[in-house]
This record gives sequence, structure tokens and C-alpha cells, in this order.
Amino acid sequence: MYLAPVELLFEESRPGRRNWRTPGADRATATADLPAYMVREKAPALPELGELDLIRHFTRLSQKNYAISTNFYPLGSCTMKYNPVVNERIAADPQWYHLHPYQDDDTVQGALELMHDLAADLGEATGLPGVTLHPAAGAHGELTALMVLRAWLDDQGQNQRRTILIPDSAHGTNPASCTLAGFDVVTIKSNDRGLCAVRDLVEHLGDDTAGLMITNPSTLGLFEEDIVKICDLVHEAGGKVYMDGANFNAIMGITRPGDFGIDMMHLNLHKTFSTPHGGGGPGSGPICVTEELTKYLPTPSVVQGSEGFELSTPESSIGRVRGFHGNFMVLVRAYAYIKRLGAEGIKRVAENAVLNANYIRVKVNHHWRVPFDRICMHEFVARPTKAMRDKGIHTLDIAKRLIELGYHPPTVYFPLVVAEAIMVEPTETESKETLDGFIAALIQVAEEATAGEAFLHQTPRNMPVSRVDEAKAVKDPQLCFRCQ
Amino acid sequence: MRPNDRSYLDSHEWAKLDGNIVTVGISDFAVEQLGELVYLDLPDTGSTFSEGEAFGEVESVKAVSDLNCPVAGEVVEVNSDLCDNLENLQNNPFEGGWLLKVKIDGNSLGDMLDLAAYEALVSSQS
Repeated sequence: MYLAPVELLFEESRPGRRNWRTPGADRATATADLPAYMVREKAPALPELGELDLIRHFTRLSQKNYAISTNFYPLGSCTMKYNPVVNERIAADPQWYHLHPYQDDDTVQGALELMHDLAADLGEATGLPGVTLHPAAGAHGELTALMVLRAWLDDQGQNQRRTILIPDSAHGTNPASCTLAGFDVVTIKSNDRGLCAVRDLVEHLGDDTAGLMITNPSTLGLFEEDIVKICDLVHEAGGKVYMDGANFNAIMGITRPGDFGIDMMHLNLHKTFSTPHGGGGPGSGPICVTEELTKYLPTPSVVQGSEGFELSTPESSIGRVRGFHGNFMVLVRAYAYIKRLGAEGIKRVAENAVLNANYIRVKVNHHWRVPFDRICMHEFVARPTKAMRDKGIHTLDIAKRLIELGYHPPTVYFPLVVAEAIMVEPTETESKETLDGFIAALIQVAEEATAGEAFLHQTPRNMPVSRVDEAKAVKDPQLCFRCQ
Repeated sequence: MRPNDRSYLDSHEWAKLDGNIVTVGISDFAVEQLGELVYLDLPDTGSTFSEGEAFGEVESVKAVSDLNCPVAGEVVEVNSDLCDNLENLQNNPFEGGWLLKVKIDGNSLGDMLDLAAYEALVSSQS
């Protein structure tokens, strides 16, 4: 019965249906003290349902959720890792969530200390000591860092530097953030090993270079082996290097971006540091920068003064990028995660994330084509073999078949540098049994695809909705229920 | 079958020369790789582009791609009906799905791939 689609609340509504009424809450009483111009003539068109129908509506919707707490979630480049319950236990303390950001500093010393210590830990982990916790997501962190870069360029009298170089395997947010920050984007090609092509980079460096945005490990799950040389070249040309930290899970505790030449980066607390991801999160995308760039960071930052922790504005701050202090309750969860693991635990996270990805890769690389089939980081990219494509089976069919088998599909058709890409990121918390189950599913689907099974085009067959018209929402958007 | 009467770029645009007018489009391989198209942005008549410059973009359910101008010149005609009839580009990229006509100085194309070289490129990418 749960397979049936859930109707919208508006469809379930029946005029006048009520379960209970609050005494005295009739319209005449409720509006008695209001001036006439503030009283609306008609009641708002809200759905009308009995309490039990309402409860069933939301419970059924919740049962359709697919989450890391229901099954394996190998969505590449998204690090859908488990959010440990201890994070929630600590964040559930009313001493955190009853705080108000307008309270005097001396009444919120614990909260300020948490932000101060979290920033210090993130600075230590990245080797980039200047940290702001304000950005609400990774892309917001990118934009904030680019604004910092702009402020630094202005101070150097170098504001003719308007070009940011971005490898072709980058996340789409990188060029989008550059455009929003007023920079021009030039794409750098990948070489035949899937890495940023140094030769192509050198050709594009010049007096107009503001910087490079690079993802390391890259979206192909590969460590940029020439990263030190790449950073040196950009620095020699007068630019700065920004690292997209989406894939930091693979390297934390093992190497530090600040040590291999990065000037600025963001971290996704909702990926790497186990705070809730997806479904509204909310996210958190702190940025970490070198000592030199620290004075440009957004205001306020938390500093330790003689009488405790206080808020302060960096010397040449770019200003505010968000209200108050970012998504504070998310910061509490990330702090709990870091303190629980410690430096040794953080390192083991990276090791196990890399081990799990490589375990799946070597188990399936005889069944799928793995374009860069060598030791990977925390994720790897595969694609259908020629035999499958000759039978007309596409990656989309594979992903839909995995839904049928009970798995959230991996990321598909990204990164763009691999046609028909399937990108698998298992994360560190999965058991060998879970990985083996997923490997068996991948091998089964590979065999079906190689045989050119026609049913693959009809999958998923056990869901309320099978194939949707993916283009209709873009070509013909209907944003209002009543518009139909 | 891909037509032999035109030249190709490694970014999957084609150019067909007729006197000093070059018709520009994208290949069937580009269309196939993009998947279902949702949006096409083309320039106005009278715009000028240098060789290799992006003249517009095409968006599909999978990605947004720049459209690169294979030649330097001035746009003299735009297939503007195409923006509302993307099926025409999807189904017929070499004929009805042409994008621009560009007037060039001189009467030859620059350094582009012939059909055989383009076929080799496509088979290495597919």
C-alpha cells in the first residue's frame, strides 16, 4: 500500500473538515482587537483535513524517504556519510539552542569558545590558520573566498587580474561562483591521466590571472600529483590558488592543503564533518585562508581577549556574508564530531574512506569500464562498457535499475570529462557486508546490461513513479498547484 | 551518416562554407552526448565573434555547454525559431538544426577537422 503516490494536502482537503476547535478562536473573537484594515475579508485557502489524515499524510511521506539511515547512499562527490547520534545528543542540549544571537558576549562565552576552537581545529586540519565559519554552504564559501581574493588584489593594485582558471573536471559551482564574484573563467583541460594538465595551465597563466580554483582530490577521485608545481606556477604568475574542499574527506589527517601550496579553501561541514546533508541540512561551508589573507575575512570573527572570548572585525574585512554567526547548530555538530574522533580518528576516517572506495573499484572493474583504473581516493568513476552501449544501455538505465534493487544510485553524468559517468563514493562508515551487497548489485546490473536486457529501459518498475520527463520541469515549469 | 560537405571542431561544432557565408551548427554526437535539450541561447544578428569565441550556450538535462564559433566574422542570420523547437536541433542537427550564418573575411575556413578526422575523434570519445 505504501507504493501508492501520496496525494497533495490540497487534494486531500474537504471543505469544513475539522478534528477539533480551540475554544474562543472563532473569527469574531480573534479579530476583535484588530483595526478593520488589517482584517482579511476571506479566510486563507488552507487545506482542511482531519488530524488522523494529516498524520498519515506526513508519516507516509516520511516512509518514502531514502536516507543514509535507511540504506547505503553512494552518491559521488557528495560524501553522504553517517551523522553520528552523539552529535545530535550534544546539539539537543537547550543550553545551545535556547541561546539568542543578540545576547551579551559575557552570557554566551561557551558558544563563542566553541566557534573559536572549531575555527582553530579547522585551521589546523587544513594548514590554513585564518578561518571564518559564516558561509552557509560550499558554494557560499567559494563566493566568500573570491571576494577575499578580490580585496587582496585591490590592495596589491592588481585589479586588472580578472581571470580565474578552472580545470574541466570541476564542480559546476566553481565557474558559477566566479561569475557571481565578477571574474571571467577559463577552462583548463585534463590530461590523459585525468589530472589538471600543467602544460595547458602554463599557456593560460598571465597578467590577467587572478587565481586557480582546483578540486583536490579531483572529482575523478584522483589526487592531483602535480599540485605543488601547479601552486608554484600560479604564485609565480601573481595569482592565488583556491581549493574546493568537497573531497577533503579523502586526505584529512594525512596531508594539509596549506602545506602543498593552497591559499584558500572551503570545507563542507555537511560532507566531511558529518553534519546533516540534504533535505535542507542546513549546510555549512567555512573557509580557511593563509595568514596573509586573514585580515580580509568576513566580520565578525571570535578572538580570545584578556576577559574572555569576544567578537572582532578583521582589519580589512570584506564585511558580512551572512546574518549572525552562520549556521551555529551545525557548527556544534561538527565540533562534537571532531572532538570525538581526535586527530588520530580523523586520519582513520580518511584511510577507511579511501579503502572502501578502492575495495568496490577492484571488485567491479572487470564488469564496468573504469577509465582511470588505478588507486583512487575516496571515490571512483566508472562507465558502461562498449558492449553495453552497443546494446543501447545508458547510464540512466543503470541508475534506474539500482533504484529497483533498493539502492540510491551513485552520481551519474558527472564529472563531464567522462561520458556516461557513474561516480561511486561509499564513505568510511560502511561495513564490508554493505559494500559486498552493493558490489553484487553492480555486477548483476552489469551482466543484465551486457546482455542488453530490454526491461532495463522500463526500470524502476517497483516505484510509484517510473521514468519522469526530466526536461518538462525546465521547459514548462508549473510552480503553483492551482495552475494545473 | 555525417555529411562530408563541411568541417568540424573538436568541441563538436560544424561549419559549412558557401562563398563568404559560413553556416554553423553542432554535430549529432554533441546532441547525443547532451541528452534531451531544454534551452538554447543564440546571439543577435549583427553580433561579431572571433574564432573560438563562445557565441551562445545549449543546456540539456545533463549539462550546460558553450557553443564555440569556428570562424571569425559577423552573424548575418540566426535560426531563432530553433530556440522554441529544440526537437528540430535534437533530430536534425546537420540540416534544420543549423544555428547561425556568419559572414567571414575571405572565403576559406581555418584549421578544422575533416570528416575522417572527426569520425576518429568521436570513436575515441565514445
